[in-house]
Amino acid sequence: MTNTLHRYSEHYAIHPRPEPPPVDDDFIVFAMATRGVNDDDLVEKYRTFARLALAHDPVNLGNASKGGLYRPEPALTPLAHWRREARPNPDRLLTEIDGPTTMAAVFRRRQDMDGFVRDLAAADLGVSINVSAPVDAAAACCAAAGLARHSVEYSVGFEGRLERLPERTVLEISTMCGHGMIAHTLVRKLLDWVKEARRTPADAARYLCRFCTCGVFNPARAEALFARARADRPERGSSAGDGSASRAS
Amino acid sequence: MRIDEYRCVGCGNCIPVCPMGAIAIDPHTGRARVNRDECVECHTCYRGMSKEHLFPPAVRAVRRLARAFRFRFDPEPDICPTDALTPEELTWPRTVRRAFSDPLVPHESTGIHGRGTAEVKTNDVTGRVKEGEAGFVIEFGRPGIGVRFREIQEMTRALAALGVEFEQQNPVTSLMTDPRAGTLREEILDEKILSAIVEVKTGLEQVPAILRHVREVSRRLDTVVVVGVSTRCAPDGSERLGSILKGEGYATYRGKTNLGLGRVTRQEVAR
Repeated sequence: MTNTLHRYSEHYAIHPRPEPPPVDDDFIVFAMATRGVNDDDLVEKYRTFARLALAHDPVNLGNASKGGLYRPEPALTPLAHWRREARPNPDRLLTEIDGPTTMAAVFRRRQDMDGFVRDLAAADLGVSINVSAPVDAAAACCAAAGLARHSVEYSVGFEGRLERLPERTVLEISTMCGHGMIAHTLVRKLLDWVKEARRTPADAARYLCRFCTCGVFNPARAEALFARARADRPERGSSAGDGSASRAS
Repeated sequence: MRIDEYRCVGCGNCIPVCPMGAIAIDPHTGRARVNRDECVECHTCYRGMSKEHLFPPAVRAVRRLARAFRFRFDPEPDICPTDALTPEELTWPRTVRRAFSDPLVPHESTGIHGRGTAEVKTNDVTGRVKEGEAGFVIEFGRPGIGVRFREIQEMTRALAALGVEFEQQNPVTSLMTDPRAGTLREEILDEKILSAIVEVKTGLEQVPAILRHVREVSRRLDTVVVVGVSTRCAPDGSERLGSILKGEGYATYRGKTNLGLGRVTRQEVAR
């Protein structure tokens, strides 16, 4: 899923610090079948994938054709403005799996991803399994599971009219939905609301999570980024919009 | 997408939700309107916002009253209170907007959701990119800028001039009238979409030249381009691509790793 490949971090700044801080709270594992090759008994394969993931405390779980753990609600009452249930519903996600799609699980801890990958290797579902994460973490995960990497795809960064991109925190949050369903403007609005104490970082992360249709948005990382912005820690480096969103050149 | 004038109460919640910034309140009517030229038909507003189905005249009355007393109502930011967002029946060529912008619509050419490409996600069963080869995934319009096909064509023509091979199982390739020249269908060139991916394959030794070319062309475009490069690893999991990219100064921090767990499970194929 290219929608998980280009998640922005300081490593993609034009002038990153010599050792940018690692992204140690965002690990995605996904499953995808190929038509006519390994798409037999697919519902059960994908349900097994989801059940195994749930045993490792995922922060999000998604079915690319139905949605993630957090969804918009089609029929709220005005009381929602005062009290709104925001509990994820993994049972619905499991029962909704009905055929070809891409399944994804998002973890905030390396050891959760490692444990899940070990379980997947043992389950031998036969569908393609990919890890979207820092390359070194993925390689270590493979080694821990006794697997050799089959293929690797590097994100080599952003090119073109970089001045049209927003500031770094907005990019770090919005690019967690690589399909672009999370608008920069909504992230900026919620950053303001969090700073004004009109919403908590957890609330803001949940609002955004509902817009990600395939469930790869990481609400735990988003919450941490909102909290960092509220603490008014100075942005490391300049805004992405003035050109820091590309590789060193 | 359009916004029903009767149902809209001008709350403005949908404005920041639009990834393309295509929604604004009409100062004459006090209702939200969609700029059709900028709208990419991604359905983010329609699908992503929760709904209340309230009676529009009653909501307007309450809002007028609150405004008169300068009350600051602090509503949930992701709700359309009156279900005013209304999807349109699209016709060609506008249909390409939704096909390339709404991830829940599978691409006709590949049957895959999202941007419609498999890249190396299924390389363990398709063998699409082999050892010694590099697969390029060049994506336009992301994150959150959008792109028109005319700009994508500038890149596809420039790449075609280098003699690269466009991936057949790709939605942009399926819209080419002449893949050898990188020419896209004329009628779609001014259509705006959220993002699209062009895929080409070369030998590993051509990686620096292709990336330099992509960078040069990207500077002429009015959008942002993100690039992914992939390869097949050796049986021990090692590969040469990472060091080539590092040598050229590219970021190699993040990536997607195919674990090689895919295999033929359909009995008729296995036989």
